[in-house]
Amino acid sequence: MDISTILQQIFNGLQLGSIYALIALGYTMVYGIVRLINFAHGDFYMIGAYASYGLFFAIGTLVASSFSGPTAAIILFIIILLGSMISGGTIALLANQFAYKPLRNKPRLSSLITAIGVSMFLEYFLSALPVVGPSYRGFPELIKKTTYNFGPAIVSNFVLLDLGVAAILMIFLTVLVRYTKIGKAMRAVSQDKDAAKLMGINIESVIATTFLIGGSFAGVAGLLAGLTYPRIYPYMGILPGLKAFIAAVLGGIGNIPGAVLGSYIMGIAETFATAVNSLIGEGIAFAILIVVLLFRPQGLLGEKVADKI
Amino acid sequence: MKLNKNSFFSQFLNFFKRRIVLFFIGSLLVMLIIMLLHQFEILNSYIIQIINVSLVYVILAVSLNLINGFTGQFSIGHMGFAAVGAYTSATITTLLLKITPTSLPNYLVFIIALLLGGCLAGLTGFIIGFPSLRLKGDYLAIMTLGFGEIIRTIFNNINYVGGPRGLLGIPKFSTFPIIFITAILTIIIIRNLVFSTHGRALLSIRENEVASELVGIDTTRYKILAFVIGAFFAGIGGGLLAHLIQIAHPTQFGFMYSILVLIMVYAGGMGSISGSVIAAFVLTFLSEGLRVGLASLSDLIKFPVGDQWRMVIYSLLLIFIMLFRTEGLMGMKELKFLIPEEEDIDGKCS
Amino acid sequence: MKRNLRILLFTLAILLVIGLIFSGCKKEATEIVIGGVGPVSGEAATFGQSTKEGCELAVEEWNAAGGLLGKNIKLIYQDDKGDPTEAATVWTKLITQDKVVAIVGTVMSKCSLAGAPISQQYKVPMISPTSTNPKVTEVGDYIFRACFIDPFQGTVGAKFAYENLKARKAACIFDVGNDYTKGLAEFFRDKFTELGGTIVAFEAHPTGTTDFKAQLTKIIAAKPDVIYISDYYNDVGLIAKQARELGFNGPLVGGDGWDSPDLVKIGGTAVENGYFTNHFSKDDPRPIVQEFVKKYQAKFGKVPDALAALAYDAMQIMLDAIKRAGSTDPEKIKKALAETNINVVSGLITFDKNRNPIKSAVIIAIKNGQQVYQATVNP
Repeated sequence: MDISTILQQIFNGLQLGSIYALIALGYTMVYGIVRLINFAHGDFYMIGAYASYGLFFAIGTLVASSFSGPTAAIILFIIILLGSMISGGTIALLANQFAYKPLRNKPRLSSLITAIGVSMFLEYFLSALPVVGPSYRGFPELIKKTTYNFGPAIVSNFVLLDLGVAAILMIFLTVLVRYTKIGKAMRAVSQDKDAAKLMGINIESVIATTFLIGGSFAGVAGLLAGLTYPRIYPYMGILPGLKAFIAAVLGGIGNIPGAVLGSYIMGIAETFATAVNSLIGEGIAFAILIVVLLFRPQGLLGEKVADKI
Repeated sequence: MKLNKNSFFSQFLNFFKRRIVLFFIGSLLVMLIIMLLHQFEILNSYIIQIINVSLVYVILAVSLNLINGFTGQFSIGHMGFAAVGAYTSATITTLLLKITPTSLPNYLVFIIALLLGGCLAGLTGFIIGFPSLRLKGDYLAIMTLGFGEIIRTIFNNINYVGGPRGLLGIPKFSTFPIIFITAILTIIIIRNLVFSTHGRALLSIRENEVASELVGIDTTRYKILAFVIGAFFAGIGGGLLAHLIQIAHPTQFGFMYSILVLIMVYAGGMGSISGSVIAAFVLTFLSEGLRVGLASLSDLIKFPVGDQWRMVIYSLLLIFIMLFRTEGLMGMKELKFLIPEEEDIDGKCS
Repeated sequence: MKRNLRILLFTLAILLVIGLIFSGCKKEATEIVIGGVGPVSGEAATFGQSTKEGCELAVEEWNAAGGLLGKNIKLIYQDDKGDPTEAATVWTKLITQDKVVAIVGTVMSKCSLAGAPISQQYKVPMISPTSTNPKVTEVGDYIFRACFIDPFQGTVGAKFAYENLKARKAACIFDVGNDYTKGLAEFFRDKFTELGGTIVAFEAHPTGTTDFKAQLTKIIAAKPDVIYISDYYNDVGLIAKQARELGFNGPLVGGDGWDSPDLVKIGGTAVENGYFTNHFSKDDPRPIVQEFVKKYQAKFGKVPDALAALAYDAMQIMLDAIKRAGSTDPEKIKKALAETNINVVSGLITFDKNRNPIKSAVIIAIKNGQQVYQATVNP
């Protein structure tokens, strides 16, 4: 590999990592507060992508006819962005209300199974629904793709967009959790549910907010993934969801900067492992993961928690 | 007649009064009845096939329950062990020896191949068990998932066993009695382990690892033990599966199938052998029953409801099972015939 | 409450089992039952959907024309989820419970390979529409297929790339977990090197991924004249887009997995200058092709893809064989199948001694978003 290929592969890894990061942020946030591995998170992402797709065909021409030129494109993008956030968030809220809330004080792994159930339901339901169907769909080009030459490497504006959005969301989430009232409540619930309740915090509303935010993040990720990799189908959330979960664990699950760091490491490791030998690329990526975890059993940025006796 | 308490005859009689022996004999009777019903075409091959698949899942779920439910080590790469067992035994029967299920000695060779597959899977379990000494909870889960995927990637790239084409033309050695007896033996062995001193040690690790270390339990040894035994039986299950459907394919041992076995363990009740058995049967029969159910529904309402709705209903029912039986179908309880007589006081296994 | 629930669940379970046992009992002699299998749920659901539609269309046509042997044809189409275990179960169900006369299925080779031994054991003729693995029909003399086998398409593609596109350096990209795509790529590689060309890169990607840039960067750095993409249309669209983004302007070549109206929808202008081997061309003036495309569009509201066409053909071949056999006796159907000589959508079909179809391939180019017929290649 020469320098220009390496540089190009780094950008490829960054793009892949950005998509993982967008999903992993919501994953890690929900986990940090509810301690639930939300297997359905990847499907919230899929819902976001489908909502954007549907919205584009529902109002695309209307917006294009009522506004002119670039304003139309910007307005349409904003509407679709909001739509993807709302749909992702709503599905997450509903899942929380019906499938997770009744199991709140039960063994932690019962809600894991309902999470798998929710995930399967969303996938199979959309696939069986005649309007959506199982077929692959091409995602519309909301933003024109342009490429820039960055030295010897070629970078598209989507790489920059994904990187930018991932960074903005990470900062937003960090500020939210560290400096706002609801953030304080979230941290309190995460540390000790019962004590938080005694302090007068409405645990359920805090958790609902968490799901709403996590779900809307997944929705945005779905929209961006649809733009970057313009192909959507009902099972599109399984693999990225799994990878994002791994990334979140790698960074230290529950830790927001950790999720982003883990995602970029995953993205770059996968890209380079594939470049070295594409037949066993995935295996190499997993091996790296295992080695990292053996040396940092609590994840890269996770805190070591002492066992209580 | 007055029997001497220590006479050979009374010991003999007492042996047959033990629940687990009764359970074994009872199961054999059930097996014979099913075989008879099949002979007289009351149960067709379709039902037998579903029972066979369910029994393979029983082996996989019960063995995963030993790791997850009893020892509390969150492992989600169980199908990786099954893959090792399946490929090992199938390589021996299909590629090396090229035997066919025609004579009794060949069946013996098959059983040896199956056991070898189990042993190799156990060895893999030994290797994968090591990280469990350092990692906990979800971190361990990711680790096992990673190992499972690595195993799959390896088989996908060995051309000798077919690579992504899969290992083909495996002889059909897994007949109903063989699968049935293997499943029963798995249940009995794991049940005996769980109710032994070693089993107590495993349970104490699940409840509190630090505390059990403080009372002098060698947690390292026991965690590895759980992984090795769980992996051994998973390997046997994998071998049976390969010889049942006559193909071993890397995708059959992917992440989604590990999740399916995990669902069976938790939907049945973590730490309950009978729960895993029931869940394996209920979920397999449910998935097939919905097929027939939807077909009758289509006839009834004169509107075609395709097979694609099957899994939609399946996933909804799964959610409902967990909502109404939050600790799984059996909770932590065990059916009575699996509990030793000495434990009758509270009827719980823990 | 808890107790009631338990009783309810228990009763439900019992009912289910009874239903399973006795649902096979009703049988009507006025119908000929044909089994169909395909993954209509799960990740390959879209392929299963297409084959199902192809089968349904063929059966509908036959029934409209008076049925088969004077009886109505009933198609029982079952889902195998793309899972070999499920396929084995479905095969047993269709044969022992629904008592089907023949089976048309299934999509994936690994699933057909799980079903084939059961078909052979119970002597129920089967024809797989799309399983390309050569081993499928080697299971026994009751197993046929309607599609090309892997070696043929890879070879044709290599010849086309070397001779017509004048490529001397080629690169391959394929799905590591899918035997169809890997098989095609391997045979392309072998033929291309045999012809005198060099393979500069041979790269795999994991199943279900959306990012192929790592492989493509490596491929493009090796400067190939042509990239052979043996994937299905969904991946091809993304690969083409990403290859163009990274600056590759040369031709792309592939197999019948490309044939879908969705290819252009996903790939857009990136799939221009793309060529693929296929079973038929939609421009083909033969009435059977035009009729099929028209009817399919009228019934399902979309252009048929390769899988729909192959499933339609497979069903036609099977029904035609039963008609010529004059009875539902499996032995006779098998014999009639082997003697097949029928004109279907993908051309005139006869079977060789391994029960693989002997038919010609066409090469199709993508120009301005349309499929344009290029050439016909005979085996």
